[in-house]
Amino acid sequence: MVRVLTISADVRELAGGRDVFEVEAETVAGLISRLEAQFPGLGHLIEEKMALAIDGEIFQDAPGERLRPECEVVLIPRIAGG
Amino acid sequence: MSDPSGSNGGYRVIGSRPVRPDGVDKVTGRAQFGADFHLPGLLTGRIKRSPHAHARIVRIDTAAAERLAGVKAIVTAADFDLEAAGEIEAGESASAIRDVAANCLARAKALYQGHAVAAVAATSPEIAAEAIDLIAVTYEVLPHVIDVDEAMAPGAPVLHDDMFTRGVSPRPGTASNVAQRHVMSRGDAAGMLAAADIVVEGRYTTAAVHQGYIEPHACVASWGADGQSLIWSSSQGQFLVRAMTARILNIPLSDLKVIPAEIGGGFGGKTTVYLEPVALALSRKCGRPVKIVMSREEVFLASGPTSGSSIDIRLAARRDGTITAAEMTLRYQAGAFPGSPVHLGCMTAFACYDVEHLSLIGYDVVSNRPKVAAYRAPGAPMAAFAVESAIDDLARQLSMDPIDLRIRNAVRDGAKTVYGASVRSCALVETLEAIKSHPHYSAPLNPGQARGVAAGFWFNIGGESSAAVHIDEDGGATVVSSNPDIGGSRAAMAMMAAETLGLPIERVRCTVADTASIGFSGSTGGSRVTFATGMAVTEAAQKVVADLRRRAAQIWECDVADVAWRDGVATCLDPAKTVKPLSIAALAARSAKTGGPIAAEVALNAQGAAAGYGVHVCDVEVDPETGRTSIVRYTAAQDVGRAIHPAYVEGQLQGGAAQGVGWALNEEYVYSPEGLLQNAGFLDYRMPVASDLPMIDTVLVETKPNPRHPYGAKGVGEVSIVPPLGAVSNALSQIVGRRMTALPLSPVRVLAALGKI
Repeated sequence: MVRVLTISADVRELAGGRDVFEVEAETVAGLISRLEAQFPGLGHLIEEKMALAIDGEIFQDAPGERLRPECEVVLIPRIAGG
Repeated sequence: MSDPSGSNGGYRVIGSRPVRPDGVDKVTGRAQFGADFHLPGLLTGRIKRSPHAHARIVRIDTAAAERLAGVKAIVTAADFDLEAAGEIEAGESASAIRDVAANCLARAKALYQGHAVAAVAATSPEIAAEAIDLIAVTYEVLPHVIDVDEAMAPGAPVLHDDMFTRGVSPRPGTASNVAQRHVMSRGDAAGMLAAADIVVEGRYTTAAVHQGYIEPHACVASWGADGQSLIWSSSQGQFLVRAMTARILNIPLSDLKVIPAEIGGGFGGKTTVYLEPVALALSRKCGRPVKIVMSREEVFLASGPTSGSSIDIRLAARRDGTITAAEMTLRYQAGAFPGSPVHLGCMTAFACYDVEHLSLIGYDVVSNRPKVAAYRAPGAPMAAFAVESAIDDLARQLSMDPIDLRIRNAVRDGAKTVYGASVRSCALVETLEAIKSHPHYSAPLNPGQARGVAAGFWFNIGGESSAAVHIDEDGGATVVSSNPDIGGSRAAMAMMAAETLGLPIERVRCTVADTASIGFSGSTGGSRVTFATGMAVTEAAQKVVADLRRRAAQIWECDVADVAWRDGVATCLDPAKTVKPLSIAALAARSAKTGGPIAAEVALNAQGAAAGYGVHVCDVEVDPETGRTSIVRYTAAQDVGRAIHPAYVEGQLQGGAAQGVGWALNEEYVYSPEGLLQNAGFLDYRMPVASDLPMIDTVLVETKPNPRHPYGAKGVGEVSIVPPLGAVSNALSQIVGRRMTALPLSPVRVLAALGKI
């Protein structure tokens, strides 16, 4: 099971206040679709506004990235710059 | 800290310092910037702006202006697609298209002085100016609020009746100026603070500051009779300009081509649009091309500065200097529409330090100021100012060397940040040690001088980029980049291609393509271009090399595995063949007989941009009569991965330090009680000029190349603006004998701190 955490208030709002999830997924795309199924709107939010720290490394727009079993995914705001 | 052997890590081109390829054009005036384009029948566009800080727009009467001879078109917000919705990634965060449109031309309300309410296109600048005066706007003036803390206070004038604070549960029942509350925490910060050996605390404020790019916003837009339109403009991203303009005007992307002009500075401030949709709407209305160029006053009044802020911090530590916990509350001005970088302030505040217990709360707050735009490491310098000041206080309480204290608490590879990422390829400790061992750090100070240090962090990003490499018929190469060249990326792109192909740098030229001539790319920002677009260039060059090897094998009738590529020459390794090596020029000359033109294009979404860390030290002195602070000596060290063009990297460090010094010492938006900006020009908005600064020394720390980039590059453009606020203030605070908590550290504030006024 992938352990999903977040620091995002937007995620908490859509997930009924939760900020830790256990998800069965092998890829980022699979993880997003399962979260969307569980909390409608959350998958869309992640795709549009979030980056993922997968075992500590930040990925943005990487649906094909494979997830190690038992890995940790942190949902964080997308990062841009100036 | 660069390779002391001088061997450039075994590279021929990477790490060398070739002459800037766009330099001659820029110093001789041949380079074409946004305002330099001219077309037959070109009209002058001008913007009518609100004289009030906050006002309801009751009526816009354009009749008199329309009757003026020479006026060809007038537009208001009604000419935009009022249903435009959704968000688009730009600058520091995603922007709501509806807000971008309403910032270009106000809808029901003018939300700050200078907010655009209408625009005209006329046959001369004089007629356009007269027409602007003839547009009669009836306002109902409303109460305004400028300051971030006042905007959060109960009873403050509310800018948006439909804005309810997000991130608060339950959802508030009344509208307010707080767009969003961000919370990031781990551990038990409050408990650790209560039980700490030492607690330092303070409230810090920073002023809104402008990016201060030399070139004002400018564009030319031309609507075609067939609906195919063109825009020439200076921006940090031609694709961003296309997307925003097309969505605001509700036209397909394929009907709009955006041609990037040279850009005279951006620093994040040109990651949005102000003029392009307006100019194209005017052109659509009259069928003639329209040019709009902002004046300097308009740049200050109506384009984004970065946020001013107010920040509370409490820091807990053990007597050995270990920081155990911290609490921060950050309040950032967003300007008239939501979207300050306060979440990035929260994320970066303690990114340099391995602190177990953290609690950070950020507030994104609107007020009657121009909407903020990204500025170098958006959100980070203000947070770092508070953190680095608190750490300096801690060092003094403990009588510890400030570098040693930072080394004790510095993040190292494997540490976990509060926002979830793990630290990797991090050379912060080496960067701190580089400053500590630099002659500057141990040089004696003259009486009346003091020395300050501070550290800073920026994430750096990757993202979507496209690039092509074409081999010319004579064996040279052309690199087609998708990113406007702000900080020297043409040279960096050409160098990476030259290194990969094995060509001398003089045989590789780089051009920046329009939106129809190369694949999509994210903007030039986030310190991403050398990393992400450089990765695309390198991969395209690698494809070209693979193709050249295949062609050589075809000519030699051997297996491609028996073709070696080195220094731009194919060599046959098959001992049965007695053939001469083939250079790129030789292969290019025979391209028609080996498969046609030699070229490759790569589009990718780069992941793995490693973060950057900087440490600055500065010496200051104060004129006790005037309160003017002088920077006597300044040294900036930075973890840069591997410097592709060291001189450009050094320039990035120097430029960021100079801007940060201005932020620390002088720059601020000054408002009248009526909410009107009092210093909308470089005479009164005081940025540092060359004579204000010493030569800024630099140290490039190259001990941890980024393993995710083919040549080890990390982004370098943003970190350098993060430490100066703290470094300057830490030095000055020693001279005045008390902690300076409010920026800018202007002469008036310094004299007040010295008890002289």
